[in-house]
Amino acid sequence: MTAANGTAPGGAATTPGAGDNGKRRIGVYVCHCGGNISDYVDVDSVVKELEGDPEVIVAKTAMFTCSDATQQEIIQDIQEQGLDGIVVASCSPKLHTYTFRDVARRAGLSPFQYTQVNVREQCSWTHTDDKTGATEKAKRLVKAGVGRTRLTVPLEPIVVETVPKAVVIGGGVAGLRAALGLAGIGISAFLVEKEAQLGGWAAGFGEMYPYGKNGRAMVKDLEAKVRSNPDITVFTNAEVTGKAGSFGNYQVDVRVQPGGGKAPETITVNAGSIVVATGFAAYPVAEDELGYGLDGVITLPDFKKMLDGATGPLTYNGKPVKNIAYIYCVGSRQDPYEVEGGHEYCSRYCCTATVHASLEVAALGGHTHQYHLHRDVRTYGKYEKLYDESLNKGSVYLKVPDDEPPVVTRDQKSGRLLVTTKDVLAERAEIEIPADLVVLVTAMVPRENEELTKALKLPIGKSGFFNEIHPKLRPVETVVDGVYICGTCQQPMNSAEAVASGLAAVTQSASILKRGFAELDPLVAMVDQSLCTWCGACDEVCPYGAPQEIEVTGADGAVKKVATIDKTACKGCGGCIPVCPVNAIDLEGYTDAQIRAMIDGMLAEPGLPGCVTQEVIG
Amino acid sequence: MTATGGFAPKILVFSTHTISDPGIDLAGSSHLHYSPTVMVISLPCTSGIRPDWITYAIEQGFDGVFVATDGEECAFLPNCAELSSHIVSRAQEMLKEKGYEPRRVRMAAICSVCADPFVNHMAEFSAALADLGPSTEERAA
Repeated sequence: MTAANGTAPGGAATTPGAGDNGKRRIGVYVCHCGGNISDYVDVDSVVKELEGDPEVIVAKTAMFTCSDATQQEIIQDIQEQGLDGIVVASCSPKLHTYTFRDVARRAGLSPFQYTQVNVREQCSWTHTDDKTGATEKAKRLVKAGVGRTRLTVPLEPIVVETVPKAVVIGGGVAGLRAALGLAGIGISAFLVEKEAQLGGWAAGFGEMYPYGKNGRAMVKDLEAKVRSNPDITVFTNAEVTGKAGSFGNYQVDVRVQPGGGKAPETITVNAGSIVVATGFAAYPVAEDELGYGLDGVITLPDFKKMLDGATGPLTYNGKPVKNIAYIYCVGSRQDPYEVEGGHEYCSRYCCTATVHASLEVAALGGHTHQYHLHRDVRTYGKYEKLYDESLNKGSVYLKVPDDEPPVVTRDQKSGRLLVTTKDVLAERAEIEIPADLVVLVTAMVPRENEELTKALKLPIGKSGFFNEIHPKLRPVETVVDGVYICGTCQQPMNSAEAVASGLAAVTQSASILKRGFAELDPLVAMVDQSLCTWCGACDEVCPYGAPQEIEVTGADGAVKKVATIDKTACKGCGGCIPVCPVNAIDLEGYTDAQIRAMIDGMLAEPGLPGCVTQEVIG
Repeated sequence: MTATGGFAPKILVFSTHTISDPGIDLAGSSHLHYSPTVMVISLPCTSGIRPDWITYAIEQGFDGVFVATDGEECAFLPNCAELSSHIVSRAQEMLKEKGYEPRRVRMAAICSVCADPFVNHMAEFSAALADLGPSTEERAA
């Protein structure tokens, strides 16, 4: 056991800041939540249960623990009673952890000497059918919280200085807009684009939904603004190949290909955050998939190019296009049992993009018949209006079976393409559609980015796109602090959504870079170097490079190799703990002794305080 | 006590802050019921569980341990499912060596909206543990 656990064998607390006789002075606050808890849990008996614990100095109930008045009361108790730890038994830690950490901080206590106990979502609300059971459980959970708090040490957030600069990777619409957004709030941006030109996919498009903007014109405008902004440095033919340093102050390697047969050159730039906007790839249709390879069977991106170049009624190979069949969900919503490594997700943009394309076809004139063979039309939100408009313009929508994709062949007699399918809404009646063009509505798929993924240690989700921490609460943050993702490298989205997420990444960058410093949770791994013999197992399991090999001189004067943890690189997941063969690693806030104390508290019989007298096993 | 004949197995659940614990919270917010003898310790990631915490819990009086893992969705470690399942296997081996039934440990992926699946897991696991009987008796045997 490490000294930082704060407890010596035998249970005598040695924690800095502990009260008289090395004993802890803990305050416990049990919340009624206005009845949400106290209607099912006898909160007074929970408080009474703690009477026998000599280290619980204050134990009380409150109608609303999170109210200003109770927060003030807790601060007063901490200061007047000299409390060195607090336990709040109320709602889920997701709601008020930061509220009560702040209460502790305002009272002069370390924010990390507070424990939240969930007696609402995981007790009163789920045991509304068993008040006795709920009360009994609440007592056990509170004792576990007290047991954990007993072993807390006064940690402070890790403060790191930040550099007011950012690297934006990818010069598509999301990246261009993000670079402008950063520069606009005083953060210098380095924009790194792999291709020779800026603009990504949008640079190749004419009119785009949702706003009917011309992609080429939009990119031209954004590029002019980016190129003329003194706070933005653009690297084209360039890729990010490495990252060193730590959160708030990264050194990012950019390999630039100068062209003209010259050798590539690597430049290192200093940046506080990294915004990844590397975009998507189009689903590569297999040679025989849905008739692909037959003349006249094309993908949606190719069809879009054809449309953008058209000035009158559509023609193909010099002949007028009378019938178009769109086959939806090509490469999306695949059944993983049918297609190995298939994409189970919906690509989101493509229903609306196809409906929009069909409107463009109608606008060109020529009375083209358009058949949409879909599995569902997902023109969400206001895009439903485009769908209505396309119906009015004569588009025909047929729902085809999920398990039976249409078959595309060449009709030998007429020489036209023939699409055979079944109409789900007409009792699966078989339908044959002669077509001059078959458009395969292809999915957005993740790009190959292996080098970048490795260099930034970016997490990849189940679908192969980069993964955010939480889709709603932390939508552009990754587990790598200061590295943000936006646009279609994260998930399928349309250009407006990609720009919005690019600006979200700008806001997140600003929140850490404008203050000049950032605070990280100190709940990271720690190594007991007296036990460690450096086998490298921790380093091997950690994708963030947090465990590092160093040499130390032991008490006997001998030099030995041990692990140390780079606190700013450590994500606090604890993955290194069970792989250590000598149990030399602990996670602050979740130490071995604390977990065992929580287990003891949960099993303590009524009237007994849990682990207070029990020997703590290291 | 429950319908399982008077013995309500005590279950310790290890959950994760960002994924499975919100799923368990949702069961509460939806007022779904499971036994009050189910108690949860939330951690950053199930890959950080020491197998001896699992054996300690059983030895001290829990009848079963359920690891509510993030599976493929873990935001920390790409191989989290593999690491967590290795931890569970190791704990099962250790329990066996100590004379306990390895089926006292279970693992399943619980997502942030997996309220119903969690409640179903608890019902099934409680029933399975009720069949095995209290862990304390096993130790005595």
